[in-house]
Amino acid sequence: MNKNIYLDHASTTPTDPRVVVAMEPYWSQNYGNPSSLYRLSLISKQAILDSREKIAKVLNCQPDEIIFTGGGTESINLAIKGIVMAAKKPAHMITSQIEHHAVLNSCQRMNSQGHKLSILPVDRYGLVALDDVKAAIKDETILVTIMMANNEIGTIEPIQEIGAYLEKLNKDRAKKGLEKIYFHTDACQAAGALDIDVKKLHVDMLTINGSKIYGPKGVGVLYLKNGTRIIPLIDGGGQEKKLRSGTENVPGIVGMAQALTIAYQEKAKENKRQVELRDWFIKELTTKISKSILNGHAEKRLPNNINISFLDIEGEAVLLHLDEVGIMASTGSACTSSSLEPSHVIRALGAPYEVAHGSIRFTLGKSTTKKDLEYVLEKFPAIVEKLRHASPANVDMKEVEKSFVEAERKILEL
Amino acid sequence: MSKIKKSASLAADIDIVPKDSAEAWAYSKIVKDHFFKPRNLVLDANDIKGYDGLGMVGSPACGDMMKVWLWIDKDTDKIKKMKWQTFGCGSAISATSMLSLMVSEKGGMKIDKALKIRAQDITKRLGGLPTRKIHCSVLGDKALRSAINDFFQKTKQLDRVFEENRRMIDKKAKVTDHDIEEAILEGAQTLEDVQKKTKVGIGNPSVIPEVEQLIRFYTEKYFG
Repeated sequence: MNKNIYLDHASTTPTDPRVVVAMEPYWSQNYGNPSSLYRLSLISKQAILDSREKIAKVLNCQPDEIIFTGGGTESINLAIKGIVMAAKKPAHMITSQIEHHAVLNSCQRMNSQGHKLSILPVDRYGLVALDDVKAAIKDETILVTIMMANNEIGTIEPIQEIGAYLEKLNKDRAKKGLEKIYFHTDACQAAGALDIDVKKLHVDMLTINGSKIYGPKGVGVLYLKNGTRIIPLIDGGGQEKKLRSGTENVPGIVGMAQALTIAYQEKAKENKRQVELRDWFIKELTTKISKSILNGHAEKRLPNNINISFLDIEGEAVLLHLDEVGIMASTGSACTSSSLEPSHVIRALGAPYEVAHGSIRFTLGKSTTKKDLEYVLEKFPAIVEKLRHASPANVDMKEVEKSFVEAERKILEL
Repeated sequence: MSKIKKSASLAADIDIVPKDSAEAWAYSKIVKDHFFKPRNLVLDANDIKGYDGLGMVGSPACGDMMKVWLWIDKDTDKIKKMKWQTFGCGSAISATSMLSLMVSEKGGMKIDKALKIRAQDITKRLGGLPTRKIHCSVLGDKALRSAINDFFQKTKQLDRVFEENRRMIDKKAKVTDHDIEEAILEGAQTLEDVQKKTKVGIGNPSVIPEVEQLIRFYTEKYFG
């Protein structure tokens, strides 16, 4: 029998059958447009209200602070561009080098339209430093956007610490007549695994994506703290407090709420299970295979993330061999990206290009068992061995270490 | 409704895997065949003895690195055998494997003909590559030419050594100003286009300002 071991849950998750069940009545049965006034529509309207409440409960916010969008990328675009476009004069944004492209490219788009941008470095484990946030702040700063956990290497950022600092700073800024600095966090990868209580995090905006939490694809949430003024990207009939026009994706919204609810019911148990599997799997891989480097932080790490670079081989070739034995994973090698540059995240750690080209990411899911990982351990070392035999490369580990130590880590001002 | 489970008590029920995933593959059948069954691959470079020419291009930093050994029949001036090692993705491995077949099949290829092999010829024999992967095959022909040059030098055929009257721009990827000129002539307009064709400056960003200058120069020369 063909094996099918899916270890790419950071890329997307299957939709939980319980979510599918919850969505089912909203396709052909309760299909009414929530904006109409007859009973059929009121069912749809009620479903959205209920979903909003369920999500607000997880986020510890008001239901009307939940904006439904067409996905994580859209929520991020709305948060960043929405805030910056609402600014009265040229503004300044702060982000980090390891953000998802949805964040980096949105910031760069605003930068190309005349707004200033500071990009913060990270340490070798992928951590953003509060001191760098402090150093980057200018009088014109209106937005800080830092991800809650990284999608490639799983590093968990100090969002609470940064949020608390900004909240305090904003009080002083108000006295000086300076603009408030809004704080957005991309929690697409963190949702389901970390506490996303927006009050504890001190964030003004937070993004979640349905398809990363066993919910449907094409639906996202932007938490928008009341009193935060943003400009919509999509104009039309004025749905979602005029911030996201277009007939609501009712089944998607219902699915999103159900997925998030389930994720937080099962979070504690599932995290514990995944952390054990993760740490065991990392240890096995790095001890069984020489010249391997763990990318990211050993403890401040998402429970499902394993990202290791295997030197002298290239990631895409590894993936093709893995696929042949039924294992699905991912790599930061340039060969799978549309550009020729390897992972900007692994490069930001201070790793030389070689390390990024040889990186393999396994991300566990609810279905992943120890048996699955044992199967990987049975197949994977031989694949690495085979490719290393055929490779003329022989990267010096000392040079790699030197690159980490000597990497230039400074705030990029654009 | 009947096909959807009402509840999923076991975590294992949650992941649903597409049934046909085993059949799908990113590349052509020929690429797959050469990737999983590489021809003339060297598994241990220490075992290689008595070759006539050795060539190497690329670096792990730029994502591809190839090493080529040649055995040449001096009487007929034909390549008898080519062996190789590659650090790189699926397309790079398959492309080198195919190249080794192309130069040694049908009793071996004449050196003068082998010198004319271009990346496009290899891609064609592979049954094509996805557009974004074509750059992965650009190093094979260079490694081959570098090995042939090594043979010329070793056998004192100094009149045949091609000290390509060109300026080396990127020593790691072995890209000359002529390569950049060709890329522009083939329609490259931006640095990214040129990099897709030549890999210049990938993992070696210090050369990029010079490359950009050359792109402007040749664009002006031919299209200005």
